[in-house]
Amino acid sequence: MPRLTARLMAAAIFGASLMGFSSLASADPAPDMQNWDAVLKQAKGQTVYWYAWGGEPRINDYIAWAGNQMQEKYGVTVKQVKLADTADAVSKVVSEKAAGVADGGAVDMIWINGENFAAMKRNGLLFGPWVEQTPHFKYVDVIGKPTTINDFTVPTAGLEAPWGMAQLSFFDDTSRVKTPPRSAQALLAWLQTHPGRFTYPQPPDYMGSSFLKQVLTEVVDDPAVLQKPAGDADAQKVLAPLWTYLAKMQPLLWRDGNAYPANGAALRAMMADNEIDIGFSFSAAEVSAAIANFELPDSVRSFVFDGGTLGNTSFVAIPFNASAKAGAVVLADFLMSPQAQLRKQDPKIWGSFTVLDMDKIPPADREKFDALDLGVATLSPADMGKVLPEPHPSWMELVEREWQKRYGVAP
Amino acid sequence: MATSPRPPQNTGLKLDHVRISVNGAQLCDVDLTVGAGEIVTLMGPSGVGKSSLLAYICGTLAHGFDVAGGVFLNGTRIDNLPPQDCHVGILFQDDLLFPHLSVGGNLAFALPAKIRGRARRLAAVEQALITADMAGFATRDPATLSGGQRARVAVMRVLLSQPSALLLDEPFSKLDATLRDQFRRFVFDQARQKALPTLMVTHDPDDASATGGPILAMTPQNHRTVGGG
Amino acid sequence: MPKLLKYAPGLTVVLMVGPLLAGLLGTVLPAFGYLPALGGGQASLAAWRALFAQPGLLISVRLSATTGLLATAISFGVVMLFCAAWQGTRAFDLMQRVLAPILSVPHAAAAFGIAFLIAPSGWIVRVFAALGGWDRPADIVTVQDGWGLALVAGLVAKEVPFLFLMTLGALPQADGERTRHVALTLGYGRVAGWFKTVLPRIYPQIKLPVFAVLAYSASVVDVAMILAPTTPAPLAVRILHWLSDPDLSMRFMASAAALVQLGVVVGLIALWWGFEKLVARFGRGWAEAGGRYRCEGSVRALGAVAALIAAGMVLLGIAGLAVWSIAGFWRFPDMLPGQWSVKLWLRELPALGDDVINTVVIGGAAVVLAIILVVACLEREQRNAATSRPGRGALWLIYVPLLMPQISFMFGLQVFFTFLGLERTLVSVVLAHLVFVLPYVFLSLADPFRALDPRYRQTALCLGASPDRVFWRVILPLLTRPVLAAIAVGFAVSVGQYLPTLLIGAGRFATLTTDAVALAAGNDRRMIGIYGVLQTVLPFVGFGIAMLVPAILFCRRRGMRRDI
Repeated sequence: MPRLTARLMAAAIFGASLMGFSSLASADPAPDMQNWDAVLKQAKGQTVYWYAWGGEPRINDYIAWAGNQMQEKYGVTVKQVKLADTADAVSKVVSEKAAGVADGGAVDMIWINGENFAAMKRNGLLFGPWVEQTPHFKYVDVIGKPTTINDFTVPTAGLEAPWGMAQLSFFDDTSRVKTPPRSAQALLAWLQTHPGRFTYPQPPDYMGSSFLKQVLTEVVDDPAVLQKPAGDADAQKVLAPLWTYLAKMQPLLWRDGNAYPANGAALRAMMADNEIDIGFSFSAAEVSAAIANFELPDSVRSFVFDGGTLGNTSFVAIPFNASAKAGAVVLADFLMSPQAQLRKQDPKIWGSFTVLDMDKIPPADREKFDALDLGVATLSPADMGKVLPEPHPSWMELVEREWQKRYGVAP
Repeated sequence: MATSPRPPQNTGLKLDHVRISVNGAQLCDVDLTVGAGEIVTLMGPSGVGKSSLLAYICGTLAHGFDVAGGVFLNGTRIDNLPPQDCHVGILFQDDLLFPHLSVGGNLAFALPAKIRGRARRLAAVEQALITADMAGFATRDPATLSGGQRARVAVMRVLLSQPSALLLDEPFSKLDATLRDQFRRFVFDQARQKALPTLMVTHDPDDASATGGPILAMTPQNHRTVGGG
Repeated sequence: MPKLLKYAPGLTVVLMVGPLLAGLLGTVLPAFGYLPALGGGQASLAAWRALFAQPGLLISVRLSATTGLLATAISFGVVMLFCAAWQGTRAFDLMQRVLAPILSVPHAAAAFGIAFLIAPSGWIVRVFAALGGWDRPADIVTVQDGWGLALVAGLVAKEVPFLFLMTLGALPQADGERTRHVALTLGYGRVAGWFKTVLPRIYPQIKLPVFAVLAYSASVVDVAMILAPTTPAPLAVRILHWLSDPDLSMRFMASAAALVQLGVVVGLIALWWGFEKLVARFGRGWAEAGGRYRCEGSVRALGAVAALIAAGMVLLGIAGLAVWSIAGFWRFPDMLPGQWSVKLWLRELPALGDDVINTVVIGGAAVVLAIILVVACLEREQRNAATSRPGRGALWLIYVPLLMPQISFMFGLQVFFTFLGLERTLVSVVLAHLVFVLPYVFLSLADPFRALDPRYRQTALCLGASPDRVFWRVILPLLTRPVLAAIAVGFAVSVGQYLPTLLIGAGRFATLTTDAVALAAGNDRRMIGIYGVLQTVLPFVGFGIAMLVPAILFCRRRGMRRDI
């Protein structure tokens, strides 16, 4: 037996050294963004490890499709690292920086937005700027959809490329709710006659915080102050109407506000179990897909608030020490192409709205966008109504902290 | 461990002033020689170190004992050798047949590797079974044997390993009266036939008298008396 | 050859403690302000001040402590009561038989299953809803209750089988069966006799597993995220949230909190240890008082019912997951879905090949390394029994990973492997798994190994066989059953690892568990059902092999049917 031990040990040590060396990937020079052909050439043969939230099989399938396209068109291999939480990708990059890995990092691309982006930008963990030099960026609707260059009001500064639009929409079971409430105040009034039939995920969950921001944007005296960092205004006074609203809402919530669902996706299951009557999500197409997957009854429909709902953009960013920067840049560019955006907007595939400007893209592509069938429960881009801008991230931090103090500890 | 080894005798098993103590308390002090084909019985109550003495002779004494003196087998000092090199066979009151091996497998395990060739080894095993009056039992599962049969296999297993001495640690205490007498004779006959110096530990005066050899009474007072037999 | 055996304990301890110390360092430094990657360059207590300013921190700590302690005490009580009341009966054998499937269910999958059982919209309520004609679930809190009782229930359901397995291993060494008989013949009731005679003998052996359960229960994350309250959540869950906060400066505070978590675990173990001394003192008096306690029908029934509930919750829960995985639309309060569909299974199956291969390769490699090291350590201990004290030396150190909350050293471990240049390699993932697998393998194998009658070894040696030959031809075959069982336990532990696989492997090795956890974020019960079932199947196959191989190998050896 010691003989066997010896052999196995030797094999393990040999393997370790072998793989240890191979992991020290050669440093990838920053791609020359002025010369796209050179970028393509550099990208060829690279493998891009894309850290992306993996909670939705439809989205994973779309990413796999994009990977196949990249292989065919550019010879770039794409591997999705499925995450339960984007923070794990950020954590990875931070741990590498702590260990002094300035080159050959594990993460090549992250699906990111909002506070995670702001934090990585602030800590110098991103590569760039590179976005504006990519060929397909010229199709992006930076005027009509200003969130494509201002992520939660933080300028993207060419450090992340937009790849999808998201807008808050609500859904209700039409067999149980006759007239859905179409504003934050209407929702509160409805809840008074239907106590316990609505809730929101517990902040700081992304969806839960988004609901609070929606309410804040509606009840605040002057929405314009939310576009500036919180310190610049009398924060407590600005937020006061939100706390008044929540004070009324809290006792009417599901479980009297003593328990909360963990995330936005949980709202769907609660809807199916008849625990709540109204839910919400950042993807209107999600409802149609959920009906097709038996997650929701087919009597569920989407609606939005009359005064508009929060909208934002999803991005992809490249860490400062990525191993395959050129490959990641080419992938990001492909994701902004009309071909990829069209497929993304198709509700049968994903149903996430495009970041492109229909007036800028070639007419042939535009016709294809117009021809998309959006499905029974999905609102068309026109029916989605007004898009409200996201507040500056500092407001969110304030709201989350204060919420935790007021409601994070049950009485 | 041992102190002042003296020039050894050239035959048999010699215990040269073997003193075993634990935590400073002396368990036994034995000085004796077992000649070839002779069977010496160690008798005495529990706790006088009989089993520890046997363990020391075959090299398996656990840590925690202090031992002085030496053990010599046919003139070679063996108490500093690992058990597998001592050439001392031991039988316990349990047969300790390996339950995962067949009867033949148990016997073949004991057969030295120097006996080469499948046919020769099989023949040696079968011969041992014939001696034990168990011809044809090679493929049997030990668990299906009777107590007497198992005991005989255990003896043949020890003998097949070609020991130069034999230790018996109350090997008959678990057998019923009739079987016991029969089996005892079988063991002693085998030991004498192979001219093995044999040292037996027992509680039972019948065992002792059946040997026809010397009986050494071990007492808790650390004294020893040698009686004839 | 003996040289390699000689180094085995040292190597084992280094492989366990090295990564842990490195990991711990990576937590201690940021807790005191040092993490240059995020601009923390000098010592400060800011992280601690921020931590203590967190609302509800004390409630979180209290919740972790009480749920951990309660879950451990109940699990321990149930297992001891069941063994006392039923050892040597058919019910006991039956429980042994359902043990493997229960142990195969990963904690998180079991928690999802149990949540579906006890939720106000779950199976249990649906029975009454169908009778009472309710069309909407009651607006009451069962899962995620403020006391953490749902969490305790979920933990108990999974820890009872584990402690039962450990007790099964300890009973032969403590000569449980014969001791029990002696007590019975002295006129003691089954339960009282067992508690007075067998318990004191096996407790020292199952003490470490009990500590492991205590440490695990007080610092569990995945089960807690499903069953524990969130206003506020237990400490470990909040640490994970702080670690995931987009505000990277929260990581300093999370590190400080991880140390608090470690302190909670250490404190609980000390508390248990003190209580144990107290019980031992009074227990002796109780045993010597001579009470026979022969009217014990209700106590025995309680033992059976408690064990049945624990086993039933996991089995029903996994059945619930299986049903969800093939459910079409399933409306409250229907007991079963209105439609059935294997659509999602068909969509997932083709992609599963790589996941399964990665899971098996990583788990297989970790468990092979673990079993080699563990067997080498134990074999050395036995061989040296003749020349040195049978003491276990520094080997207790290998249990440290069991007692340390995973969350308290994962970040540091990541930095450590990255620093070695080993991050992202199969070797590093296997080594990281080894840290968690080996202690369980040791825990499972040590008792049976040490309980093997030493005279087998002595006899074989005196027959002239070399120590190596004795090991290969006698010791290892005799221990086939416990060795394979330990391998199965280790493999199950490896299959369940999420954070080490994802973080140390840098996402290069997608396993069933990494995909399952990622998909669980989408909260689709059908997907959770599919992956929960898949995660259960692999360890179950492992346990199945561990039972079948010895049965086939020794089908003609009656003496090998029972553990020796």
